[in-house]
Amino acid sequence: MARIVEGIAASAGIAIARAFLLKSPDFHIERKTIGSAKREMVRLAAALEEAKQELESVKQRAQAKLGEDKAAIFAAHLLVLQDPEFIGPIQNKIREENINVEFAVREVANMYIGMFEQLDNEYMKERAADIRDVTQRLLAHLLGVKLADLQAISEEVIIVAEDVTPSDTAQMDTRYVKGFATDIGGRTSHSAIMARSLEIPAVVGTKQVTEAVEPNMWIVVDGLDGNVIINPTDEELEAYRKKQAQYEAQRATWAKLVNEKTVTADGVRIELAANIGTPEDIESVLKNGAEGIGLYRTEFLYMGRTQLPSEEEQYNAYKTVLEKMDGKPVVIRTLDIGGDKELPYLNMPKELNPFLGFRAIRLCLEMQDMFRVQLRALLRASMFGNLKIMFPMIATLEEFRQAKQIVEEEKAKLIAEGISVAGRIEIGIMVEVPAIALLADVFAKEVDFFSIGTNDLIQYTMAADRMNEKVSYLYQPYHPALLRLIDMVIQAAHKEGKWAGMCGEMAGDPVAIPLLLGLGLDEFSMSASSILQARNMMKKLSREELEAHARKAMTMSTGEEAVRYVKQWLIP
Amino acid sequence: MTEKTFEIINESGLHARPVTALVQAASRFASTIELEYNNKKVNLKSIMGVMSLAVAKGGIVRITAKGEDETEAIAAIESVMQNEGLGA
Repeated sequence: MARIVEGIAASAGIAIARAFLLKSPDFHIERKTIGSAKREMVRLAAALEEAKQELESVKQRAQAKLGEDKAAIFAAHLLVLQDPEFIGPIQNKIREENINVEFAVREVANMYIGMFEQLDNEYMKERAADIRDVTQRLLAHLLGVKLADLQAISEEVIIVAEDVTPSDTAQMDTRYVKGFATDIGGRTSHSAIMARSLEIPAVVGTKQVTEAVEPNMWIVVDGLDGNVIINPTDEELEAYRKKQAQYEAQRATWAKLVNEKTVTADGVRIELAANIGTPEDIESVLKNGAEGIGLYRTEFLYMGRTQLPSEEEQYNAYKTVLEKMDGKPVVIRTLDIGGDKELPYLNMPKELNPFLGFRAIRLCLEMQDMFRVQLRALLRASMFGNLKIMFPMIATLEEFRQAKQIVEEEKAKLIAEGISVAGRIEIGIMVEVPAIALLADVFAKEVDFFSIGTNDLIQYTMAADRMNEKVSYLYQPYHPALLRLIDMVIQAAHKEGKWAGMCGEMAGDPVAIPLLLGLGLDEFSMSASSILQARNMMKKLSREELEAHARKAMTMSTGEEAVRYVKQWLIP
Repeated sequence: MTEKTFEIINESGLHARPVTALVQAASRFASTIELEYNNKKVNLKSIMGVMSLAVAKGGIVRITAKGEDETEAIAAIESVMQNEGLGA
């Protein structure tokens, strides 16, 4: 009988193949008091040598098959095996505590793994996996256990593992790897990112897939719904083959739309833009045919480090994005820190209500030195593309005027210094605070655009902390109260000849798209991978026909009624 | 003792790849070579030591070498810094 294991859908598609079970053997290491330290030293030296030779050969094969780049990680692993600050402490432990080499190796490795996992830097945190990897290899030699050889894979498989590490992927011949299913990880872990770049399906964070699967079993990885089907029946296999074919056909249709503009069935031009966090995201943005960047979250430049980024560093990042977007609009949001995003080096006091506290533009207007550095970097970069500046968490007109005034001051200073700045830079605001929506007619006279941030707008409108599961039922994107606020913003913008966009999760939701189109939204900014699907959908929708239904949805009494109405009348 | 200070200029700071090159270079010399960043000092022949500092772009690192081949060691490290586009 088939068994279904649920996880996180981390990379879309359906894979059907036999499982390659990548499971670290249970080493059962006990602390033992030893008679002769010398004997343990000899064993350590021998195991180090064997592991080195093995790694050399892994490295050479990876180099030959996959190129210098992918093999580089093994050069780093080799250095761990000769690291004086790794080997030294192991030897000391054996000598001073009279313990067996295996236990000493694990103790020292765990100390380093713990140290890396505590670092306030995502990249370095992941290096813990490298240390775990090398330690495994060393222990396997000490204990005479054979590890699964990824380089031996020569037929189509799905990798089933606790986690897929960078050194694992560097050993795989990706032609044969059809999908991943893992116990741990999320949408941003290495396994997920790798799967998306290889364009193979992945389900991660199942907690138990390595327990449920045995080597060579047939399995299905459903990266659309986040399921792993173990030992599927003939009927299930057939159903998934069909689902696979449908998905492939759909993807082929979407792929044709990459270079097209987004136009509705009744000829309305819509801008489909992407949300990004770093310049590295641009590759996927271009691959998916985005017509602009609707939200560049600059806080990642400030996070995972020990001091503020310099003007030069920021300038380079903004310039890269603007250049790569080649004249398409790029909305860059100024620093949105506070709330759930902290910068340890700013030493901000803990707040009882961080989401209602000192964050985003409030903090920037107070810490103006920091804010001005970012604005200078933005203004200098404005020469390289179509920059639009957006302020987060504006609540009052005074805040907007003050922020805009600071932009003007920095602009004047740059020009006085002889540095060029683009002539016209649109300046707009995020709509997260309900007060903005209520006064949108007033704001529309002064801002160049609005972009609605749905997550925050919902949480502030419903007074429900989105981190608190107890009140998650109040997170209702289709609640009539929210729909009316969105409508007010769009109407107000259009009355003044301005544009209104949305950069929250809702903008990419296929259920919300017809509704938002009907309400007159001009720009939809979403994760890059949703763009082609949205474009395909919009081509078939008529704004004129949707308008009456969208207005009707706003008149519903409850969120549930509105959702039902939307699903009945607005979904094609 | 010979020493030299560098500002790390590459986008991702001292990541695995450049650290590998630096540690490989340092390991070829007999001198004691250390890297200091944010008041923390580590053995430049230790990849884990250097990685654990998580040196970001813009970070200032001071490298000291002490021993009979200290001058050559610093020169070799300087050339790695330049070749890898790491620092100036």
